[in-house]
Amino acid sequence: MSQVSLESKLSTKRRVIDGVFRVFLTFSIIATLAFILFVLYTLWKDSKFLLSKEIVTNFPSNDPNDAGFQSAIFGSIWVVGVAALVALPIGTLTAVYLEEFAGKRNKLTSVIETNIQNLAGVPAVVFGMIGLAFIARGPLGWGFTVGSAAMVLAMMILPVVIIVAREAIRAVPPSHKDGALALGATQWQAVYRIVLPSAVPGIATGSILAVSRAMGESAPLLLLGALSFVTFNPTGLDSQFTILPLSIFKYASDSREEFHYIASAGSLILVVILFTLNFIAIFLRDRANRKSRV
Amino acid sequence: MTATSTERNAQGVMEFIDPVFTLSDVAVSYSDFLAVSNVNLQIPSMDVTAFIGPSGCGKSTILRSLNRTNDLIPGAKVHGKISYHEADLYDPKASAVEVRRRIGMVFQKPNPFPKSIYENIAFGPKVNGRPSKSELDVIVEKSLRSAALWDEVKDRLNDSALSLSGGQQQRLCIARSLAVDPEVILMDEPCSALDPIATARIEDLMIELKRDYTIVIVTHNMQQAARVSSYTAFFVTEVNPLGDRRTGKLVEFDSTSKMFSNPTDPRTEAYVTGKMG
Repeated sequence: MSQVSLESKLSTKRRVIDGVFRVFLTFSIIATLAFILFVLYTLWKDSKFLLSKEIVTNFPSNDPNDAGFQSAIFGSIWVVGVAALVALPIGTLTAVYLEEFAGKRNKLTSVIETNIQNLAGVPAVVFGMIGLAFIARGPLGWGFTVGSAAMVLAMMILPVVIIVAREAIRAVPPSHKDGALALGATQWQAVYRIVLPSAVPGIATGSILAVSRAMGESAPLLLLGALSFVTFNPTGLDSQFTILPLSIFKYASDSREEFHYIASAGSLILVVILFTLNFIAIFLRDRANRKSRV
Repeated sequence: MTATSTERNAQGVMEFIDPVFTLSDVAVSYSDFLAVSNVNLQIPSMDVTAFIGPSGCGKSTILRSLNRTNDLIPGAKVHGKISYHEADLYDPKASAVEVRRRIGMVFQKPNPFPKSIYENIAFGPKVNGRPSKSELDVIVEKSLRSAALWDEVKDRLNDSALSLSGGQQQRLCIARSLAVDPEVILMDEPCSALDPIATARIEDLMIELKRDYTIVIVTHNMQQAARVSSYTAFFVTEVNPLGDRRTGKLVEFDSTSKMFSNPTDPRTEAYVTGKMG
């Protein structure tokens, strides 16, 4: 019987590298968390005495005691909501077309693909300029309205939605579609009844993340005449509007210090909305993961 | 119902009375790669026909061309003529969707949809028409019974199909293909992902099903071919003289008993006795 030794044969050098790496990873995580918590804490500390129902329900005002964010919250919801309603169906259907119907080796397809990738990288302010030139003014002439702003945000998130939807569709095992086709389903039936339901959680997750990005965007809407001082909620697509990031900016740039606290409170509201959206995305993804493992 | 005629035509192809498929000079290519060529054979009705041969010999390719599943691969092209009864399977007017409804397919790896057991079976009837709930109930029970799965799942039809074992999933896939009332079921190595017990159940099922359906099975398992099939086609891979192209060829087609006891071609004998492959 030969002696078996299970003691570690790792050299000191390998052990040290292993240890250093662990410390480094732990530090990275702590740094990230600490940064987020620091931001949240600062916002909360500066505005906690303001956090009441009024800050959400009041309209902008020149009197810091009356100032609030109602029109900005509703404006953001209107603009981003309409943008999502436009971009999600178009984006999903484009993704379905590119993944399931377009010829894979087609020249046209690869040109479209490359351009979608490029569009996803175009700075938001450029979309704002396009919106200003072609939608608010120019051929469409919709003016500085909810409709124009929503169109610009929709254009902005469309490439992202297409990319995440394609990934979600690609993640559905091809054997499911083959099975459906072997039963005499048409291509569309196989996609609509088998592929899409499996892809929906992935599409939803990615889309929510795209939408929450749009929610915090201000540059393009600045060009589209999002006013910072709007004392009414939008009533339709042709309404004037403001959005949260812009009203935060307006309060923060006021010379009176009281308004700076109001800006902090607004930031906190924005962050809470974004976190809620992200949590919904995480929840959907986890539920989908659990389902597919049963 | 087995066609007893063993007449051979001028090319030496075994001829049956009212065969389900007649393949004449069939070749399948993927872009400029010729996967399999010169296939002439007939497939009898209401019986099990097995395709055997080493990997890359084109047996799965031929199987997939029988219900136009190859159409889904970009660049795939079928040459020659495949008749389904009297109809040309690749006639421009023939619909691949209708072809696949009549000629079902069971895949190598069980591929149930991530839906309930009931919905898996109901999927085919639903895409092919608008059956009522009571009609569906009947179809689901009948299909599951035919696939010898009913007793195991009747109390949990609404459970996810993914909760079934591998063998049960494969029988579910067979039941699913039966639900659209096909005439033919193509099986592409249906047991290769299953354990011996599950395999035995599927084999029993095939023997059961051949009373009502025509079955064509691709298998790497010689014993399986010998146990379940009445006729066997043996394919090989031929390498061209330059050695840069490998093309599948049909070597021999005959009754399974003859193929396994007294084959005409020495390559068949070498393969079925395990000396080659």
